[in-house]
Amino acid sequence: MHYEAPDTTKAAVALLAKAKGSAYVLAGGSDLLVRMRGGYIEPDLVVDIKRIKAMREVRKSASCFTIGAAVSCAELGENAALKKAWPGVVEAANLIGSKQIQGRCTITGNLCNASPAADSVPAMVAAGAKAVIAGPKGKRTIPVGQVATAPGKTSLKKGELIEAILLPKRPPRSGDAYLRFIPRTEMDIAVVSAGVNLVLDSKCIVKDAHVALGAVAPTVVLVPDAAKAIIGTKLDGAALDKLGAACSAACRPIDDKRGTIEYRTKVAAVLAKRAAKIAYSRAGGK
Amino acid sequence: MSVKVSTTINGDKTEFVCEADESLLDALRNRVGLTGAKEGCGTGDCGACSIMLDGRLVCSCLVLGAEAEGRRIATIEGMAHGDKLHPLQNKFIEYAALQCGICTPGFLIAARDLLERKSNPTEEEIRFGLAGNLCRCTGYDKIVRAVQAAAKEMRGA
Repeated sequence: MHYEAPDTTKAAVALLAKAKGSAYVLAGGSDLLVRMRGGYIEPDLVVDIKRIKAMREVRKSASCFTIGAAVSCAELGENAALKKAWPGVVEAANLIGSKQIQGRCTITGNLCNASPAADSVPAMVAAGAKAVIAGPKGKRTIPVGQVATAPGKTSLKKGELIEAILLPKRPPRSGDAYLRFIPRTEMDIAVVSAGVNLVLDSKCIVKDAHVALGAVAPTVVLVPDAAKAIIGTKLDGAALDKLGAACSAACRPIDDKRGTIEYRTKVAAVLAKRAAKIAYSRAGGK
Repeated sequence: MSVKVSTTINGDKTEFVCEADESLLDALRNRVGLTGAKEGCGTGDCGACSIMLDGRLVCSCLVLGAEAEGRRIATIEGMAHGDKLHPLQNKFIEYAALQCGICTPGFLIAARDLLERKSNPTEEEIRFGLAGNLCRCTGYDKIVRAVQAAAKEMRGA
């Protein structure tokens, strides 16, 4: 195996594009090294992106937050401005693994690992986050929801890597939240999860909504019907019930040791309703 | 492919050569001779290999040795000053917060990081903060009590 730690995105792309054999990007390594050590993969090349300065930064501009691909989830939790604007995304990122894993893992890695149960992804999808992809043919920006195509598979082409995640600027009276269910209190993988992102009008009526579910389908699913169920409401009981029903209807889960199809389908509705209430309150809704 | 790595470990400039796919844990134990960090699971679940890397608590089993180039590493070997133990080490002994001892270096490193970030954590914060460290002998109660006692002493209370 060859290990390279380039200091520019261009050099990283060039290494990945010309690699013969299997090439992997190393951000936090909390998935990649587990797979290497378990013998599931034997990389010919590992490209460590942590020496690329721009990928180590969170930048705030007039239109968005740009989160470099190598920024650890612990750093996101320590970024007051990001936490204030996107508390749901940050709480999702801070639910991944332990403090030790937090110090290394990244939301870009979580996205590229393409697990249906990835914690940060439903929150990012609900937030309308975008991934900036650099490759041999230049850069392209796609919605985060289009990165994973199946468990463990992404739409990235040879030579491409994600350079940053973009989170849009928040309008007034907006809020987001993420909840997951696990059988213990920490250090586990989501059985079901839900991310909700809301914008309210001046009368506390939901003006815009995005609801995403994790661990209930091969990839994270955005549920437009759940959003429609609460837009134009003050999140009353009937609206929440409709949101829950839409979420359950969107589930296509599997039975496994973590939960059954029936259980996941039911709990998706419960979590989405609870997350919606938290997002509503964070947006200033009363 | 072998990689030559220059790094700083517990304040000392250190050089080692390791394989490109070798973990920092293996490099520390087998190349540098620092065997305090332990391998429990090798998958980042148990925390026995906890070290500080540029001021961040990490599992050294999930770091490549090659990544340590130019970084600052702190391991359990740097925790005591000569014969003078760190308050956490003293309290772990006093409270018998260990049996077999395999998890102890990781717990101490993680607990020190926790107390440096928060000098007066609640029991719940300690339990969450140390959730990435597994102990299969004592249960966690004595460990939590030892951390609380060390925190109290370190605050001068």
